[in-house]
Amino acid sequence: MNRLQALFKRKSGHILNIYVTAGYPGLHDTEPVVLALDKAGVDIVELGIPYSDPLADGETIQDSSQQALQNGMTLSLLFKQIADIRLQSQIPIVLMGYFNQMLQYGIPAFIKQCETVGVDGLIIPDLPVEIYQRDYASIFEASSLSMSFLITPQTPSHRIRTMDEASHGFIYMVSANATTGSNIQISTEYFDRIKDMELNNPRLIGFGIKDRQGYDQACNYAHGAIIGSAFIKYLASNGLDHIDRFVTNIRNQH
Amino acid sequence: MQGSVKYTYPEDGFYGNFGGAFIPELLQPCVEELRSQYLSIMADPSFLHQFEALLKDYVGRPTPLYYAHRLSKHYQSHIYLKREDLCHTGAHKVNNTIGQILVAQRLGKQRIIAETGAGQHGVATATVCALMGLECIVYMGEKDIVRQAPNVQRMKMLGAEVRPAKSGSKTLKDATNEAIRDWINNPKDTHYIIGSVVGPHPYPDMVSRFQSVISQEILWQLKEKTGNENPTRIIACVGGGSNAAGAYFHYLERDSVDLVSVEAGGLGVHSGKTAATSQIGTQGVIHGSMTLLMQTEDGQIVEPHSISAGLDYPGIGPMHAHLIQSKRAKVVAIEDDHAVEAAFLMAKLEGIIPALESSHALAALDTLDLEPNDINVINLSGRGDKDLATFMQKGEHE
Repeated sequence: MNRLQALFKRKSGHILNIYVTAGYPGLHDTEPVVLALDKAGVDIVELGIPYSDPLADGETIQDSSQQALQNGMTLSLLFKQIADIRLQSQIPIVLMGYFNQMLQYGIPAFIKQCETVGVDGLIIPDLPVEIYQRDYASIFEASSLSMSFLITPQTPSHRIRTMDEASHGFIYMVSANATTGSNIQISTEYFDRIKDMELNNPRLIGFGIKDRQGYDQACNYAHGAIIGSAFIKYLASNGLDHIDRFVTNIRNQH
Repeated sequence: MQGSVKYTYPEDGFYGNFGGAFIPELLQPCVEELRSQYLSIMADPSFLHQFEALLKDYVGRPTPLYYAHRLSKHYQSHIYLKREDLCHTGAHKVNNTIGQILVAQRLGKQRIIAETGAGQHGVATATVCALMGLECIVYMGEKDIVRQAPNVQRMKMLGAEVRPAKSGSKTLKDATNEAIRDWINNPKDTHYIIGSVVGPHPYPDMVSRFQSVISQEILWQLKEKTGNENPTRIIACVGGGSNAAGAYFHYLERDSVDLVSVEAGGLGVHSGKTAATSQIGTQGVIHGSMTLLMQTEDGQIVEPHSISAGLDYPGIGPMHAHLIQSKRAKVVAIEDDHAVEAAFLMAKLEGIIPALESSHALAALDTLDLEPNDINVINLSGRGDKDLATFMQKGEHE
């Protein structure tokens, strides 16, 4: 059982997953940011592998990716940083990255390296579940890594079932059909509908959640929330100081 | 016949190892709506009637297959030019935008988005949107907006809104990313008209089919002129590869016809300033498709270079990646200055000013072993008016 699965076993609600782009705002900030989030009581850290062409991301995360790449961030460096983080923290770490980067690294090598340094889960937004199942599921499932798929309000039920079968971490519920960080109208009908499906995997709601109200609402309908763009904006204006304040503004210490 | 078809249609969206739809779940509804309906829409008699009528009366098809006497004499081999430069708007791009706007109408879409590099596809899209009275938004890299000012003005005069893509390298690939993000945010009322045989399935197949009118005409035109449908070879430039896909389409399974794909060598294939994707690219995913692309060891997409904005793309359509990998098509890389020379030669010998893109295909004649009895068909994909400033600047140094 990896750290992510252990977390879900231990905790059935109010899970806070914070996203940050690796190598942002500074090249060597990944480690202090993750450690500060851990200290502030965050449950999961999702590390974005910066990419030149992040299709599903809105402006805030695009800019942070661009900045991280200009800083000189690479996948190899990220693995080193995660290994260093693991000397001090056992917070569950999920990597979010576009498929092309993993292809270039080599899928088997990528998986092995993730396991070696202590990654627990993966989110690959541009690897659709059909292609995953056809070509890659066997190799990912032989590893200790938990794969998590994204669903949206438009995803049909049969596809959700397929993704639930293919996921071994959580189901990433995209709150609305929009790129990350958009101002969006949340549909509670969708949250209810998915809740009623009684999926195998816990559900985390993400995209457009930026404050306590959004977090509380997500926790009412799912196991927790994922916050990304709002945290990137916070880092952009406040730097690494007082990361704990960002977290306590979202929720009280758990 | 189906069993022997190796190149023409993708199987489950894949041409061999290439293609597919590597797209975020957010984009699935848009792409799935199109995928599930494009073939039946395109087979509908009322669609075909309207498409063919517009190609004839609005675009000006069939375009001539012209025997270039003086050019043939110069190269000591028979050269035919497929005159896509004579299409309305000045390039083959409009064949596809006419087709896709008719698909969009049948899907009930009110709003059209497109990406453009040099502006040719943007103009072709703005044109058909004006024709059909649909809202048109064209994404264009901030840098390209400055470089291609006349086409920006044309799009605006045609009623389109040109939105600058300010992300990444601020060029074609980023304009494509922006258009995809727009589609994610507007799935219900919007159709995305992709301009080349790139992007997630079904785009490479759909665009190839719309452009296949080019090879369909070459078949009977060549038969009329030479008594034989089959040339020795077909030569076409390849950026994303839509004009080449169209010129090859009906010949893909005819092994006796050589296919020559001409890429932009830029300042040299190994100069670091090139768009010779198939030669220095490696397998990966770009804009939702598994194909060959120019990238770093870390999988970051690299900005290409070509003097021709239409060939300045870091990927290549998945069908072309398959044709090249399986050696069905031969690849030639032509450098910037060589393409310009070929344009001047063509202007002088035939009185035709070719687009810089098509000039790469013409320059490839210098690199091939041409026999006197060979029949060479070159797809002259566009006219060169848009490139006059570059020609004049380069010409001064000749």
